[in-house]
Amino acid sequence: MMTVRKEFDSGLEKLHQLIIEMGNFVENALAESMEALKTTDVERAKAVIAKDPSLNQMEEKITELGSKLIATQQPVAKDLRRILASFKIASDLERMGDLAVDVAKVVLRLDGQELIKPLIDLPRMAEIVQQMTYESIQSFIQENVDLAYKMSKDDDQVDALYGQITRELYSLMMENPRNITQSSLLSFVGRYLERFGDHATNIGESVVYLVTGSRPDLNV
Amino acid sequence: MNTTLIDIKKLNLFYVNFQALKDVSLTIPNKAITAFIGPSGCGKSTLLRTLNRMNDMIPGTRIEGEILIDGKDIYANEVEVESLRRKVGMVFQQPNPFPKSIYDNVAYGPRLHGITDKKKLDEIVETSLKSAALWNEVKDFLKKSALGLSGGQQQRLCIARAIAVNPDILLMDEATSALDPISTLKIEELAQELKTKYTIVMVTHNMHQAARVSDQTVFFLNGEVVEFAETESLFSNPTDQRTEDYITGRFG
Repeated sequence: MMTVRKEFDSGLEKLHQLIIEMGNFVENALAESMEALKTTDVERAKAVIAKDPSLNQMEEKITELGSKLIATQQPVAKDLRRILASFKIASDLERMGDLAVDVAKVVLRLDGQELIKPLIDLPRMAEIVQQMTYESIQSFIQENVDLAYKMSKDDDQVDALYGQITRELYSLMMENPRNITQSSLLSFVGRYLERFGDHATNIGESVVYLVTGSRPDLNV
Repeated sequence: MNTTLIDIKKLNLFYVNFQALKDVSLTIPNKAITAFIGPSGCGKSTLLRTLNRMNDMIPGTRIEGEILIDGKDIYANEVEVESLRRKVGMVFQQPNPFPKSIYDNVAYGPRLHGITDKKKLDEIVETSLKSAALWNEVKDFLKKSALGLSGGQQQRLCIARAIAVNPDILLMDEATSALDPISTLKIEELAQELKTKYTIVMVTHNMHQAARVSDQTVFFLNGEVVEFAETESLFSNPTDQRTEDYITGRFG
């Protein structure tokens, strides 16, 4: 006889929705802050910063709801892993939101000044980590372990681009000391994007944990 | 894992034409708590009762296969059921103290086995009640009727009565399901202490109790063993989907 745990299942469904919502939110936040960077658009960057508290609220909701489900429904096995994975994923997504804010803050510090070089590799990096974010959330929705493992490969690409970007920026700094401020700000952006990718990889790890019960290290 | 104490080999049990246990093979370790879980009618209580031959009393019961305790087949012809039941004590769902004094309840088994020395009996009563975590609550009125105790105290008295004859194995059949949560926790704590001296096999409808208390868990369905594993792994990552469905409350 199959039974339905209506209240519990609707709670789990709500957690699921919140994660998807957070995923969409950070993808969008990063896209916006990168657009703001390319066009050194201070107003656009400010909008990204202003929105961030609502992401934090979503994470709090997940913590609250998950704790309530644990306290009242005594979940075990995959049900328990689903809640624990949601906590972890929500915290990764919240950090990703902060990194999008960090990029936006770089735009504020650039304060509308013209960029020393057209941005090519940073947007490419951003595109990859955005794609990774999308795929990590998809792997969560579909409980797709293969897709989760793909994060690791994507992340290697991100790391390679980051290395390339920093080398390029170092040479710009050596060429002309007046490039130092902007070059270091842009290399921070590279660092933020690289971290962003790491968090997407963490989400992949959480999905593998959810499905299989063991946690691989995809961040190597 | 501890050494095997109970070895069940290809056990089939029939109640007339109904097969209640199908090809059950299990090795239950010594001095540990093993829990049987599963939906009603899955055979878990039936299996528990085969361990001290309580099913013998049900007409039409037929058994195939073997149960070895300490290497000896308990269904062999020469086995005396009384001495088996001394080695394998049992506590039931409803506390069932005798309508006698607290003292006489605990001394009942030892007297039956021929102990008459007052000092020796006093000693057994005291250590048994202490082992059952009841001594401090009753030591001043041992001569009072056991029926005056609370449900939880009565159940601990039944445990004291069972261990007074110094068994190897303690079977608990839903031993806390008629008790309030505090009494339940006391019995669960007691079980943790008792497992250092006895092998405990418990049947429980309360999955979380199995998760809290036992070292190994066996999940039964329709008379068959679906999964037998360390409790921690069974409740965190079961290997069989039917176990997952049952313990997450989506089945049964």
